Amino acid sequence: MTSAGLILNDVRLAIGGRTLFDGLCLCIAPGEIVTLMGESGSGKSSLIAYICGSLDTEFDVRGSVTLDGQDMGPLPIERRRIGVMFQDDVLFAHMSVGENLAFAVPPGVTRSERQTRVNDALVEADLDGFAARNPATLSGGQKARVALMRALLAEPRAMLLDEPFSRLDATLRERVRNFAFSTIKRRNIPALLVTHDRQDKSDHVITL
Amino acid sequence: MRPVKAAFARNPFGWALPLTLAVFIGPIFLGLFGTLLPAFGLQPALGSFELSFDPWHDFFNDPALTKSLRLTLTVGFGATLIAVIIGFCSVAILFGTRAFGIVRSLLAPALAFPHASFAVGLAFLIAPSGWIARLISPWATGWDQPPDLLIVRDPDAIALMLSLALKESLFLVLMIVGALGQINAGSLLRSARSMGYAPARAWLIVIAPQVYAQVRLPIYAMLASALSIVDMAIVLGPAAPPPLAPMTLDWFRELDSGRQLMASVAAIFQLLLVIGAVLLWRFGEMVVNLAVRGPLTNGIRRGWAERIAGGVGRIGISLALVASVGAILMLLIWSFAGTWSWPGALPQRWSAAMWVRSGDTLVLLVWRTAIIAIAASAIATALAIFCLEAGIGQPKSRWLVILYVPLLVPQISFLFGVQLLWNRLWLDGTMVAVTLTHLLFVLPYVFLVLSDPYRALDPRIAIAARSLGASRLRTLVRIKIPLLARPIATAMAIGFAVSVGQYLPTLFAGAGQIDTLTTEAVALASGADRRLAGVIAFTLTALPFMALALVSLAPNRLGRANQ
Repeated sequence: MTSAGLILNDVRLAIGGRTLFDGLCLCIAPGEIVTLMGESGSGKSSLIAYICGSLDTEFDVRGSVTLDGQDMGPLPIERRRIGVMFQDDVLFAHMSVGENLAFAVPPGVTRSERQTRVNDALVEADLDGFAARNPATLSGGQKARVALMRALLAEPRAMLLDEPFSRLDATLRERVRNFAFSTIKRRNIPALLVTHDRQDKSDHVITL
Repeated sequence: MRPVKAAFARNPFGWALPLTLAVFIGPIFLGLFGTLLPAFGLQPALGSFELSFDPWHDFFNDPALTKSLRLTLTVGFGATLIAVIIGFCSVAILFGTRAFGIVRSLLAPALAFPHASFAVGLAFLIAPSGWIARLISPWATGWDQPPDLLIVRDPDAIALMLSLALKESLFLVLMIVGALGQINAGSLLRSARSMGYAPARAWLIVIAPQVYAQVRLPIYAMLASALSIVDMAIVLGPAAPPPLAPMTLDWFRELDSGRQLMASVAAIFQLLLVIGAVLLWRFGEMVVNLAVRGPLTNGIRRGWAERIAGGVGRIGISLALVASVGAILMLLIWSFAGTWSWPGALPQRWSAAMWVRSGDTLVLLVWRTAIIAIAASAIATALAIFCLEAGIGQPKSRWLVILYVPLLVPQISFLFGVQLLWNRLWLDGTMVAVTLTHLLFVLPYVFLVLSDPYRALDPRIAIAARSLGASRLRTLVRIKIPLLARPIATAMAIGFAVSVGQYLPTLFAGAGQIDTLTTEAVALASGADRRLAGVIAFTLTALPFMALALVSLAPNRLGRANQ
């Protein structure tokens, strides 16, 4: 087993005496996208929260998460560099599309370089000219693409996708999914997609 | 601790709790202690270390005590009971109607109406020479001159009790409206009505018991406040003798050290009285709970009960709103009254002379009142935000109860001790002492106003920001605070209003050297110059209203963010 990529080792999540899952092992190589399927309440979103570091302290946890060989356990969420894309996009309503993207650019980048990265991201997402737009005025597909580009601008070492396409209609879902998968693969980062939609197939599908 | 837990538990705002407790609970307990010592004759500052029960003996043998206690209990229980009846009946009859929307929009301004100016305005309204008597005289009353009736400051404190009940009923309606959001009231009511229950009966049977459980603490706070009210009692209550709290204040102000020791006893006794009253109220709740079990399930869909409740609710809430509006109008009219002889409904001559004459004093009072209120509300808002970031304020958090402590403990019981504390720190009689003392009463309201919107903010927004590399502080400053701009502004405005209306805390912490609009309004209320009282009390009312009006300028992004 290589240490590169995202590795879950013998993970158990329980809450209130109820075990959600136990003994979960998963290895996602760089550039690989793994789809995790499961019923409602099976612990899919809790697993996402566990990996990104936002799990509520009420959970009882065993096991470990490593990313490129580094144990994520002691790190707070902002130092893990794991991007998250949610079902509802979660764009910051008080910021324009451009500001949402600029927020994600790492510190230490000059203003002009920051602007360049934002513009490049908009072009890549086919949203050129949308920088000043209010997120509330975007369509579902546009919001999803902004959310993905925002997560990627933070230069994550892994991506977690928590049912990000489920609110889109079938045609749009396929387009956004293809865009997301190809963009993630181009950056050669490991990604875990949590979904209950059987159409969201990727490199590997596992069921919780 | 598990690694993940350890990572998430490292909260950079963990210091907020000890700091808040230090500024919040510390002064209350130190204040109670500082009041308790003189009650037993112990005055270390004066070199008196001998334990004595003489102050208690003197207190219980005071000839005015029995009457004063009767007045206190009448006002406390009477006002609270009437406010609860009006509050619940009015929401029962109005819930879901267009009128309910109108009433809701008037609640925040009504809450911001300081007790002192409400009392002064109401006194101008209901006094024998007041507006109501003028409007109906002489054609309906035959009065050619103001009648010799003791309506205001009546010996049985009926005017004080009813005025307080009307004022507090609006506060309770606001609390009920807040609680309705927690229990999905609309669906519950639709469900009961689909079974054939009349709207008001359905509300009283299905919603009211659940809502009551949610507003129990505010009701206890209301009871404690009514039992120990001072500013309204000075304006509207009897003077010989007054209820216990204003009588205690009189004793504290006397130069005779024996009276001051009695005042300490009275302050401690006031606390015991409130504890006993809350326990008695709780017992009453249990009795009522048992008594209404049968009627709850007797299957009657409509009857006289909801008709009576509807009538009481409509009349009660109308009176409360009319009294509030009428009081403001009275203050405004009197402040511009030139010549206004009986029984004219309006002044014969209007004049801005009093505004001009009191200009310098007024500016100083406004500046001082506003600075204290801005500082207290800003500190309270910052503390509330940090506490919420530290996780305090979750529905199950045991720290929430502590927030109610300053609202449940009578002010008079610990403010004397707080004054001694400031004295020891060389701070008494300063703006700093007044601001920090106001903070005790501002913080609970700010926290209560802010905690619900804070909890309502989609937690994934912060997770998204932090997953992008933003620290907790950056997430707070750049994401959460801008999104919560409107609730934060509202909380600050409410905090501002609470601070502006503080009477006893200003009096004690200011050691009589810091006058604000409130202390001045109360001082002028019993004087002969209604015009000057009108100017001061109207300005006192205008300040919090302006703060609330400013809130409407703050962007409202919370709903959009959560969509």
